[in-house]
Amino acid sequence: MSDLRDLYQEVIFDHNRHPHNFGPMPHANRQADGFNPLCGDRLTLRLLVENGVIQEARFEGAGCAISTASASLMTDALKGKTEAEANQLFTGFHQMVMGEPPAIDLGKLAVLAGVQEFPARVKCATLAWHTLTAALKNETTAVSTE
Amino acid sequence: MNELVLAELRAQFPILSRQVHGKPLVYLDNAATTQKPQAVLQAECHYYEQLNANIHRGVHALSQEATDAFEQARDKIQRFIHAAHREEIIFTRGATEAINLVAHSWGRSHLQPGDEILLTEMEHHANIVPWQLLCEATGAQLKVVPIDARGGLVAGALQSLLTHKTKLVGVTHVSNALGTINPVAEIIRQAHAVGALVLVDGAQAVAHLAVDVQALDCDFYVFSSHKLYGPTGIGALYGKRSLLQDMPPYQGGGDMISQVTFARTTYNQLPYKFEAGTPHIAGAVGLGAAIDFVQTVGLERIAAHEEHLLSYATEQALQFEGLTLIGTMPEKAGILSFVLKGVHPHDIGTILDNEGVAIRTGHHCAMPVMDHYALAATARASFALYNTLEEVDALFHALRRVQKLFLG
Ligand SMILES: Cc1ncc(COP(=O)(O)O)c(C=O)c1O
Repeated sequence: MSDLRDLYQEVIFDHNRHPHNFGPMPHANRQADGFNPLCGDRLTLRLLVENGVIQEARFEGAGCAISTASASLMTDALKGKTEAEANQLFTGFHQMVMGEPPAIDLGKLAVLAGVQEFPARVKCATLAWHTLTAALKNETTAVSTE
Repeated sequence: MNELVLAELRAQFPILSRQVHGKPLVYLDNAATTQKPQAVLQAECHYYEQLNANIHRGVHALSQEATDAFEQARDKIQRFIHAAHREEIIFTRGATEAINLVAHSWGRSHLQPGDEILLTEMEHHANIVPWQLLCEATGAQLKVVPIDARGGLVAGALQSLLTHKTKLVGVTHVSNALGTINPVAEIIRQAHAVGALVLVDGAQAVAHLAVDVQALDCDFYVFSSHKLYGPTGIGALYGKRSLLQDMPPYQGGGDMISQVTFARTTYNQLPYKFEAGTPHIAGAVGLGAAIDFVQTVGLERIAAHEEHLLSYATEQALQFEGLTLIGTMPEKAGILSFVLKGVHPHDIGTILDNEGVAIRTGHHCAMPVMDHYALAATARASFALYNTLEEVDALFHALRRVQKLFLG
């Protein structure tokens, strides 16, 4: 039987109540919108990428505790990473939530390992990461200030 | 319904005795699909064990018996919704295909640029998208009757949107996201006054309300078997005979033809004109058994029981700290849609599931309704004839667990 506490760890509640890197980012140079058609959750991810390194990452939107905590933890983890490192993190994260051993050390992201017991929630955990992939591809010259 | 009757009814649904995550299953996702009684399972099984053959074409005994079983199911549907003629009942894969059939066949042969299709803001995507496709193909326009804060149609809005340009009104009998029972008889009267046809989406209605298509005077009525205790993959379109006769076929193939040469094909008569290919025969037989089952229990008794469950659940919901009901019309059928402050519906769904309580969370294929309330999703408990007051208690017990986990 899958234990709820494996999924809903205290850290996840903390990130859900007080997400890190939440809010607008007028000086971003990459942006993408993520949408989970299954539940209607929306997320906008903005990045500042300079010389191939992610200097800043912020997100906005409304989602469940898992997707919010995942976006919060992801934006923390991305700071200072090269695009290649960010992609490796996603691969490792994806392996973890699919129940495979991750190829790299995921650090704090490992608190989301419990998702593997809840297949219906894998999409929630990976929404931010899929949005990241899109944002890294979609270079936008200037993001309008909202 | 007294406890003994209810226990006997529940015993007819094998799945209700299973456990989920080590807890007894509390199935409150009946608006998505209902569970199936033994009688339906047996009817399908009997069909495959004793009657299986293709229909309408064989001279052998099995083919005749299979054809009879299939056609008897049509008769049962006819009586169930009080259609005047058996050939007004067309078998489809479900409500969705029935709406697509009308939009495609009637719509493309009758609409012109400037014509209007009028829908309501509470429609299921199945009663929106086929009309959008039709409008794209014909240049007709979609208009929408808005809903108010309680989840009812805005008073007077229908009247002001109905004009001589309106060719068809599409309206759900019961809203799957809000539970609202729409005043379809009145809507049909107003629509007919400007010469518009009316399609009623009965997907959420037939398991809860007695339907009389002649008394309603609706032009088209659609429903799915699987929300009526029957199998998936089968459903029906009712259409007035004169309308169906004038409509071109929807799909081409076997069964729907009378004569085929490469120069010209003449179409079969109703209802076969709209039933191309080998249908879901066992499904139709199962649907017939489901209708028998529902009529044996009695729709009035079912409605009274579900009303009791809903009012009991609504009372508890109103006292539940931080809970907001979405859809608060006085006329509702079996649906409790809600949000909890500080907890996303998906998290509610996972935690309830862990307690054995199955509900639906999400946009319920009614995104315009979610937009109306500025929500991404709601949690929805929906009731069927076999649910109990104890199961409502289990729902709220599990919701308190959600609150404890999330709000400390
Ligand atoms: C109001 C309404 N209309 C149409 C449908 C579509 O039914 P089906 O998927 O069985 O075709 C549903 C199913 O959820 C519904 O609730």
